Amino acid sequence: MDVDALLLSRLQFAFTIAFHIIFPSFTIGLASYLAVLEGMWLVTRNEVFKTLYLFWLKIFAISFGMGVVTGVVLSYELGANWSVFSAVAAPVIGPLFAFEVLTAFFLEASFLGIMLFGWKKVGPGLHFTATVLVAIGTLISAFWIISANSWMQHPTGFATLPNGDLIAVDWFKVVFSPSFSARFAHMTLAAYLTTALVIGAASAWRLLKDADESESRMSLRMAIGMFAIVAPLQLLVGDISGKSVERLQPAKLAAIEAFWDTRTEQPFHIAAWPDRAIAGNRWEISIPKLGSLLTGGSTQAEITGLKAFEPQDRPPVAVVFWAFRLMVGLGLAMIGLGAWGAWLCWRSAPERSRLFLMAAVAMGPAGFVAVIAGWMVAEVGRQPWVIYGVLRTADAASPLLAGQVSLSLLGFLIVYAIIFSVGVLYILRLIAEGPVAGSHEPVDDDRAPGSALAAMPEDPG
Amino acid sequence: MSLDLPLIWAGIIATAVLLYVMLDGFDLGVGILFPFAKEADRDVMIDSIAPVWDGNETWLVLGGGGLFAAFPKAYAVILPALYAPIMLMLLGLVMRGVAFEFRARGRVRGRAFWTAAFAGGSITAAVAQGFVLGGFIQGVTLKNGAFAGGPLDWLTPYTVLVAAGLVAGYALLGATWLVWRTETELHGKARLWAWIAGPLVAVLLAAVSLATLLIHPKIAVRWGFTGGDFEPGAFLPLAPIPLLGLVGLAIIAVGLMRRSHGWPFAGALLVFLSGYAGLAAGFFPNIVPYGMSFRQAANAENALAFMLWVTAFVLPAILAYSIWVYWIFRGKVTADAGYH
Repeated sequence: MDVDALLLSRLQFAFTIAFHIIFPSFTIGLASYLAVLEGMWLVTRNEVFKTLYLFWLKIFAISFGMGVVTGVVLSYELGANWSVFSAVAAPVIGPLFAFEVLTAFFLEASFLGIMLFGWKKVGPGLHFTATVLVAIGTLISAFWIISANSWMQHPTGFATLPNGDLIAVDWFKVVFSPSFSARFAHMTLAAYLTTALVIGAASAWRLLKDADESESRMSLRMAIGMFAIVAPLQLLVGDISGKSVERLQPAKLAAIEAFWDTRTEQPFHIAAWPDRAIAGNRWEISIPKLGSLLTGGSTQAEITGLKAFEPQDRPPVAVVFWAFRLMVGLGLAMIGLGAWGAWLCWRSAPERSRLFLMAAVAMGPAGFVAVIAGWMVAEVGRQPWVIYGVLRTADAASPLLAGQVSLSLLGFLIVYAIIFSVGVLYILRLIAEGPVAGSHEPVDDDRAPGSALAAMPEDPG
Repeated sequence: MSLDLPLIWAGIIATAVLLYVMLDGFDLGVGILFPFAKEADRDVMIDSIAPVWDGNETWLVLGGGGLFAAFPKAYAVILPALYAPIMLMLLGLVMRGVAFEFRARGRVRGRAFWTAAFAGGSITAAVAQGFVLGGFIQGVTLKNGAFAGGPLDWLTPYTVLVAAGLVAGYALLGATWLVWRTETELHGKARLWAWIAGPLVAVLLAAVSLATLLIHPKIAVRWGFTGGDFEPGAFLPLAPIPLLGLVGLAIIAVGLMRRSHGWPFAGALLVFLSGYAGLAAGFFPNIVPYGMSFRQAANAENALAFMLWVTAFVLPAILAYSIWVYWIFRGKVTADAGYH
């Protein structure tokens, strides 16, 4: 295997999957939000909910389309760039990928058509059912992909045959590997938070211009409710997920915290410059003993450091360390925003505080950043393994040449740059117009009536 | 009871790929015809496929994901071997896939750009799929079960011919779909497109068939052509396949002449079915022509069995609700179909 081709394949996969995760993080939450809005409209018949539904449906359509096309890419990249991984992993997690297509993708794709174009073709009950099915589809999809990823993080329920092939021996343990439940909850909550932050920011933006817009007042309150409940919950779930990392992937945990020596009374590094070359931190700002307390539950807990692993088995440290701090920092900011918003709702009204509205706008992209940072911790932190303890990333790649992969990587960089900038522009444009303007029924095109062929006979059969 | 799991899965994957080619075929075809349409008609063309294209493309994901899950050794060989056209196809599908929404949101320049992207992406994806298909039929170089050929093996005069045939075939599917689903002026234009694409497909299909028989003696033998001899005994069991293609072409021609709306599309689907079956008859039981059979490539029995349990319940449901969605959006496309 060509070393440059390996690096390029890694860059391409990291780029295309990080780009892809932006859209599911948003659409998983948005699909559920749309189901809630449509359900509320059907129950209360309050037009505000219908206006919000039709408005966010358009943004959903743009984001979902981008998620679909960038997801198709991944399903082929696995084999194209990681053929050895595919051949090794398929006996155990192949079915999980197949189930994602069968139980989620078809459901989403088919009922999305009804959701977007069926408003006048089916009754309200059926339309609502379509929305709910799409929302369920997004969650099923997350279920299978987190299941497959969790197995790769900590493979269980399999055996190795004499010829080296893997074989599943316990499907339950394959699907529900030890870190799965916490990670699935963590990702689902992350998606809900990401969506709530975007909805909060869009609503706040409108309210900064017009504090009386009833749709945005409603959606801002719904978003604040999500921050206030989900952000603290996410801290708890994230902690549970982190505890499983400590147990299952001690090298990743050591990288997250930049611990080099195995010892009790580990300090907590607020900031540091970890360097693998010197197997230590070039500088650090730390609180003594807090590291052991946070990760091990007691200052006397012994926490494994990176030096316990051979140099070739250590993950990159600085990226993991800083990505983790970015994620947690943003998570704390989300909790703060939720508490502030809840307090404002209780005291008076959040739209009266321009400072809060500006903060909500500023926090709009925070969910995406936190999600990508979190995935960087998960994926970079488990290096050099692609299947933890079973297959190294360096051994997983296809027999490709560097030239081929650089061309495809260049293609993805250009195409994704175009679709990202245009997609974001169109979404921001819709948000700036606001829900009322954005939910108007379509104006008919200035299409020619086509009278030239109006005399054409009907279909005889 | 013991089931022949690899055979069942070969059937499922083959069906998924066939459904993909026929279903995404007509919506890629609509994109291929985009440059020839008037701007005012393009909205109707897009509206006619907008509710279903995503479901259609999901069969491609099932083809890829299913190949990974059911025949991982084939998946691990075919994709690196056809790396460049696969990547080109993906990039084309990305551009045309986002164009459905972006084109509706764009103003003047944006709209023009995404109109071009929808057409360009559709044509790119179709051409790339032609190279994938051509590269697949002409065979993949294997060594110890891994790809051992060069990065441009897929680019030969033969694969260029196959790519041209597939683009024409998709254009025919797209044109006949529009004949079925649109009215007035666009309907008339779609008829014209079908009249052009139909004969083109007939010629290219014949050329590809002939080239395949000339280039691959092994395939020729299956069809009864051994050296200079012809064995009717080998040909006759397969004769219904080309016959089906001829019937399809005839249905298109007669349908168009009698101004039928639905029959030309049905004929085009038959032509694709015939072409697909013809290819399959040439290389079965190879899943990587001509060095790996579907049995050699199959995943572990317990994985195939586990998947079959779930698939047996889910696949019929998928087919049922997919048909139902088509039923909801049946009939001629009207100007107010969109929600934008």
